[in-house]
Amino acid sequence: MIFSIVITGAPYSSQASASALQFSRSVLKLGHSIHRVFFYADGVHSGSALAAPPQDETNIPLEWAALAREHQLDLVVCIAAAVRRGVLDEGEARRYEKSGHNLASGFTLSGLGQLVEAGIVSDRVVTFGV
Amino acid sequence: MSDTKKSFLIINRKAPYGSSAARDALDVALTISVFEQPLSLLFMDDAVLQLLPDHQATLIGQKNLSANLSMLEMYDIDQLYVCQQALSLRGIRPDDITLNITLLDSQGIASLIKQQDHVLSF
Repeated sequence: MIFSIVITGAPYSSQASASALQFSRSVLKLGHSIHRVFFYADGVHSGSALAAPPQDETNIPLEWAALAREHQLDLVVCIAAAVRRGVLDEGEARRYEKSGHNLASGFTLSGLGQLVEAGIVSDRVVTFGV
Repeated sequence: MSDTKKSFLIINRKAPYGSSAARDALDVALTISVFEQPLSLLFMDDAVLQLLPDHQATLIGQKNLSANLSMLEMYDIDQLYVCQQALSLRGIRPDDITLNITLLDSQGIASLIKQQDHVLSF
């Protein structure tokens, strides 16, 4: 079965992203595929390369990037939600004349169309919110 | 664009202001309609407050949501469902809502959800 995952909760404030990670691992372990993971609303903070949690806590952006590398996952961060909240890639940082960019490697910024396309292609869309 | 059609239901549960949920849901709704997929919207809990006219959102430094809701018609999004119980709990009469809505009881909501390929909740 083809899954897509939507995350709307902020990492560390809500369990959403951490639960989505565990769910995604289980989905893949059971032999299903994940078409896309879409980070929306406060979920965009899961794509910040600047997150620096204490060593004994899960580094959520790094965990996503590792899972994506292992399974060729498409990690898409909603561009409108992200730039509002200060999650920028190099291109957006240049466009808005910001001093730096912080989108973690393994993630891409794109539009809401990627969420809808994921729904069209996938058998199941599972949302992790607040 | 793909020829495959999937039916989407967006469930709104949050008040119009206080969180970005209402706007996030609306943006997704408009995008789904651009992709010409069958779409229904369901308003439950505090989200029924989104449907009241004459929001004064600028007073709290927010963009007015009701202007956007009137865009639904322009995008041919006309499957608007409202939880009857949520309305009556908040003392809102169906006549207070100017949009063309269908009231549902909990059984109606269950069967609406059952008909969908995907449910997105905000």
